[in-house]
Amino acid sequence: MKEEIIIAGFGGQGVLSMGKILAYSGVMGDMEVSWMPAYGPEMRGGTANVTVILSDERISSPILHEYDTAIILNQQSMDKFEKDVKPGGTLIYDSNGITHHPTRTDINIYRVDATEEAARMHSIKTFNMIVLGGYLKVNPVVEMKNVIAGLKKSLPERHHHLIPMNENAIARGTEIIKEVSMVE
Amino acid sequence: MRELKLMKGNEAVAEAAIRCGVDGYFGYPITPQSEIMETLMDLRPWESTGMVVLQAESEIASINMVYGGAGCGKRVMTTSSSPGVSLMQEGLTYLAGAELPCVVVNVVRGGPGLGTIQPAQSDYFQTVKGGGHGDYKLITLAPASVQEMADFVEDAFNLAFKYRNPVMILSDGVIGQMMEKVELKEFAPRWTMDYIEENHPWATTGKKKERAKNIITSVQLEASVQEAFNHKLQAKYRAVEENEVLFEEVLCDDAEYIIVAYGSSARICQKSIEIAREKGIKVGMLRPITLYPFPAEQLRKRAEQVKGMLSVEMSAGQMVEDVKLAVECKIPVEHFGRFGGSVHSPGEVVEALEQKLIGG
Amino acid sequence: MSDINTIIKPENLTYKRTEVLSDNDLSYCPGCGHGTVHKLIAEVIEEMDIQDTTIGIAPVGCSVLAYNYLEIDWQQAAHGRAPALATAVKRLMPEKNVFSYQGDGDLAAIGTAETIHACNRGENIVMIFINNGIYGMTGGQMAPTTLPGMPASTCPAGRDVSHDGEPIKISEILAQLPGTCYVTRQSVHTAANVRKTKKALRKAFENQKANKGTSLVEVVSNCNSGWKMTPVKSNEWMEENMFPYYPLGDIKNK
Repeated sequence: MKEEIIIAGFGGQGVLSMGKILAYSGVMGDMEVSWMPAYGPEMRGGTANVTVILSDERISSPILHEYDTAIILNQQSMDKFEKDVKPGGTLIYDSNGITHHPTRTDINIYRVDATEEAARMHSIKTFNMIVLGGYLKVNPVVEMKNVIAGLKKSLPERHHHLIPMNENAIARGTEIIKEVSMVE
Repeated sequence: MRELKLMKGNEAVAEAAIRCGVDGYFGYPITPQSEIMETLMDLRPWESTGMVVLQAESEIASINMVYGGAGCGKRVMTTSSSPGVSLMQEGLTYLAGAELPCVVVNVVRGGPGLGTIQPAQSDYFQTVKGGGHGDYKLITLAPASVQEMADFVEDAFNLAFKYRNPVMILSDGVIGQMMEKVELKEFAPRWTMDYIEENHPWATTGKKKERAKNIITSVQLEASVQEAFNHKLQAKYRAVEENEVLFEEVLCDDAEYIIVAYGSSARICQKSIEIAREKGIKVGMLRPITLYPFPAEQLRKRAEQVKGMLSVEMSAGQMVEDVKLAVECKIPVEHFGRFGGSVHSPGEVVEALEQKLIGG
Repeated sequence: MSDINTIIKPENLTYKRTEVLSDNDLSYCPGCGHGTVHKLIAEVIEEMDIQDTTIGIAPVGCSVLAYNYLEIDWQQAAHGRAPALATAVKRLMPEKNVFSYQGDGDLAAIGTAETIHACNRGENIVMIFINNGIYGMTGGQMAPTTLPGMPASTCPAGRDVSHDGEPIKISEILAQLPGTCYVTRQSVHTAANVRKTKKALRKAFENQKANKGTSLVEVVSNCNSGWKMTPVKSNEWMEENMFPYYPLGDIKNK
């Protein structure tokens, strides 16, 4: 098993921490993992992205030019990464702020309207966990118990009281993700 | 019970330093390696192992604090990124000239000048050809994973004290910023003063009645004395070249082409090899782990077997010169690499291989 | 006539050279103050019985070879960096006694940042600062402390303050930093001043033992070669010209 993922959006959306939780979940499941952020001035308010690889085998390049899954959280990232999903791969996006929806017909496309849902849940900060839940529904690369363990590992002790809220958001994500189009 | 942690390369350096019993860290903040000192300050090793951690007023001060600490026979280190390492060049040549052991980590970013904060490998010349003045060498290790970032700290100290020479860990923004699983070693105790005085009798630990005073210096005044000293240094470097070359080969035995790459580029190229082999191209990779001493001998051997070599580095072409020197014009040697903070993708490397060597 | 050997007895000894000084011939010009300051440091080290726990940091400048003259462990620093070395040596071996020995170019020009920040951190070290207003070793160039109108090889018509700025009173600057506990300016051109300087050095080393912070002992000195004067004339010139600009005495004592 090998899953190569790009998560891309605005700085402040929790892109990097979502990737970190996913990577930690992989560690809990005894997988090889890598987490490679695009760091730099673009982090603050601009675009942010992170490449996460989960694999049963030793990981070669932490930097990729095509991905099994792209999780896209703003228009700039859609413009940049839609084309980089491998044929037959998966694109998951939040439609909030998206003016040009994905058009490829050789990939599986899902929508998770997490911004809207987070607002409805009065829990903007768990936005990224709703997205993560959606992703895990579509592609259960890691077991839920390892995700919770990963969440515990990546959060400092003083934030552990927030874990139930995050679990709740992940569960909500699994419910609201919608299939847009599928390839055979 | 082995302890597995997910951490950034920068964090791994800090953890490894404490665990292998480093006595002192002196640094100055610079992206993309500030997590090293931040992690140390967070872990507060002065309360556990007694390790000194100090934020200096500049990289110039940091490297000279390293000189002071190294002169006492202590295990001391600093870390920085390209512009900061440029400032340290004076200190490094003094350290080499005074034959002092220390470890410096360079998490390389794009240059020249203030450049970018994104990853690069354009400090190769500065590191292995001697960025400061005079005939000296830095033993140079190039980690290609977070695990190696951790492991090489202790390895570097062992080499530094074996040869009484500064050792550079030449990393880059990719290795520094990425997170991978790391297995950390058990805590090792720091050296006692008795151990230092017994094993490093040259150290300035205070002149005992029974020995002559110890002097740490790089000044010789007389040309003939300097020349004799430089011969001694050169003999040391020949021993390093003889004994300390490290490299890794991937799928080289049946290869028709070889990619030469180190650090994060080697990781990227490993993927390129997977892609190329799927296309039926017989390509392997030689990854120098020590950049000085350079695995020239092994490259010379492989040159007998392959049709060409591609040096892939995030620079405008630096290590490629050493590859060319190693193979002595027996086969074509080309360079490929994005630079200035841009990172080549595995696919771009395969395209370059096809265009520059196979198609040509 | 009494035999000389009847006089040579320990109880008749009134002055003995300290064994902390080596037998090496000094490389300093005749008439220079460096040798006197070296002797005073050696005497203080002997009197405090800290020869085996003292580490000296030598600079770049005339005193680059200071390590040849005192029988203690030494490190020789890059130009201006002695306070950085001293910082690390002291922090890694807090039980030792550490001092830097620097000239005006080393401490107040190229090493200004290291000097100020070591003092600002209150490093528990002694800094000994020889101020002779000129670069002696390189052949008499203008120093940060060269007086207005004073000629040097890089200001042959004399220091023009409109061009080069005023000389820097670094000790007064350092005295303002909370990390310094003792800043004093002394000289070694008369027997009385030599005694005062020795007292100041002793106090500085005692401060270090008491963990009080940074002690700076500036010694205003002559450079008869660089100033192109006889030793006697250079001392007169120093009294008339240097002391008004760099007045002797304690600047800070806490």
